[in-house]
Amino acid sequence: MGENNTEGGNLAQVQHVVLVLSGKGGVGKSTLTTELALALRHAGKKVGILDVDLCGPSIPRMLSVGRPDVHQCDGGWVPVYTDASKGLALMSIGFLLENPDDAVVWRGPKKNALIGQFVSDVAWGELDVLLVDTPPGTSDEHLAVVENLRKHRVDGAVLVTTPQAVSTGDVRREITFCRKVGVPILGIVENMSGFVCPHCSECSNIFSKGGGEELAKITGTPFLGCVPLDPLLSSSLEEGGDFMKTFPESAAFNAITNICRTLLETLQAA
Amino acid sequence: MSDVPSNAPEHCPGTSSEKAGKGSACQGCPNQKLCASGATKAPDPAIAEIAEKMLTVKHKILVLSGKGGVGKSTFSAHLAHALASDTTKEVALLDVDICGPSIPRIMGLEGEQVHQSGSGWSPVYVEENLAVMSIGFLLSSPDDAVIWRGPKKNGMIKQFLRDVDWGDLDYLIVDTPPGTSDEHLSIVQYLSSASIDGAVIITTPQEVSLQDVRKEIRFCQKVKLPIIGVVENMSGFVCPNCKNTSQIFPPTTGGAERMCKELGLPLLGKVPLDPRIGRSCDEGKSFLNEVPDSPAAQAYNSIVQSIQDFCSNHITEEQSVG
Repeated sequence: MGENNTEGGNLAQVQHVVLVLSGKGGVGKSTLTTELALALRHAGKKVGILDVDLCGPSIPRMLSVGRPDVHQCDGGWVPVYTDASKGLALMSIGFLLENPDDAVVWRGPKKNALIGQFVSDVAWGELDVLLVDTPPGTSDEHLAVVENLRKHRVDGAVLVTTPQAVSTGDVRREITFCRKVGVPILGIVENMSGFVCPHCSECSNIFSKGGGEELAKITGTPFLGCVPLDPLLSSSLEEGGDFMKTFPESAAFNAITNICRTLLETLQAA
Repeated sequence: MSDVPSNAPEHCPGTSSEKAGKGSACQGCPNQKLCASGATKAPDPAIAEIAEKMLTVKHKILVLSGKGGVGKSTFSAHLAHALASDTTKEVALLDVDICGPSIPRIMGLEGEQVHQSGSGWSPVYVEENLAVMSIGFLLSSPDDAVIWRGPKKNGMIKQFLRDVDWGDLDYLIVDTPPGTSDEHLSIVQYLSSASIDGAVIITTPQEVSLQDVRKEIRFCQKVKLPIIGVVENMSGFVCPNCKNTSQIFPPTTGGAERMCKELGLPLLGKVPLDPRIGRSCDEGKSFLNEVPDSPAAQAYNSIVQSIQDFCSNHITEEQSVG
């Protein structure tokens, strides 16, 4: 491990590798991964996203890259770039499916083989940060990702939760997972934290409030911040727009920008 | 749907395939001899054992969604509560989400343990006629992570179906983890001879969720699992202050309604977002008892009614065929 690893292969020029994890599904891992990537790019960083959610890859849609053909070069699979500046590179299982409605009905061993390839065979080139978006849980994909990335480096994991106890309960288990496999926790993000009614500005805590921050306190992990529920953010993701560019005045925008800044500081301090 | 052992080479044809033990990929595999002998092609004896065990279970319902966090466990729990509100019915809820078991908390059973008896594992009872089983009852602390690969998870599911002393049941509801992977293949495989009534598919209104759910529907079709219908959860939010509705998760592609029309599936109903649902789940109480006259509770009740109707029709169909 370490930056001076000369055998890092395709990850040799990747400065930082960050996993986005959550024990719970649907808490916004892919959303946060996408928005963090966009925020990092606005901060002038070169960013890559590796989407290892084999059964439900959402990132291609969120970045509206469609279903491009993935090409091979000498160095491996060429990631898909969101624009000509090549500031944001993406590799997802979604690109390899023939039919977008196809279910990837695979058991563990087959998934592990693909993840091994994913991690080692993508020609990322130079990147400041590689974000790895994972499926929910603590199972095959997670072990495979950690095992394969560890050969190079893993800076740590950002854990995403929603405020309710049902969700933080699952994320507690994810913290245990990180400790067991030796992945440092960079911090916890509380997503879907409150909803401000656009009609009367009354804030409703649809999924309760404060659970993420409390979890961070109990488990002694850094708290990165809250991201409120924001219909603008959901529709922007549906349309694959760049929320970070389109809605700079929204509350979610500020929250994500702050989280991005804290994350960068943590990475650079390490 | 072939089974591939974890120590098999990459191109393993699957232990139950025609080529098992004979393919070029099998050269050097530690299981080659066993596969070539034909022993692996016989169905897992557990399937027959489970079928026998399930003879005393009238209806089996799976709750599925390709996407996580759309409300599968919330729905499963409330379906169980609603069915069990008829005290003449015996209801059981099985949580096969091995890595993220939420059912113990939602049912108010956190910290409960499973007991072993002569006739198998005893489930935990919420009410006299409502039994619950989850891996959460087997963990010693809420921090415990179950870091298991596929085969181990499958073993657990097999045990849940075969070794739990369910007794006579009217309904067995199975809550699943998101995706289309080991747990789903296993549950369908193990229940293959026990006839599942069907699956209820849960989604939220956005396309990002629907695209995963379409995959789940494909999965059901692939494994020939009947679909009872689709529930759209988190469908709009009514501000408690000004009563205006906001689409927090906007149905940009027509939501579940359009998907159901396109795929010819019944839409069982739409459940709005309500902060009281999440709160009841955190407190382990039934939302349907807490605020029975809320629009969300009414939506729930009408969905449960459709599921009951489906199941009783399912019985008559079976009888008329048999």
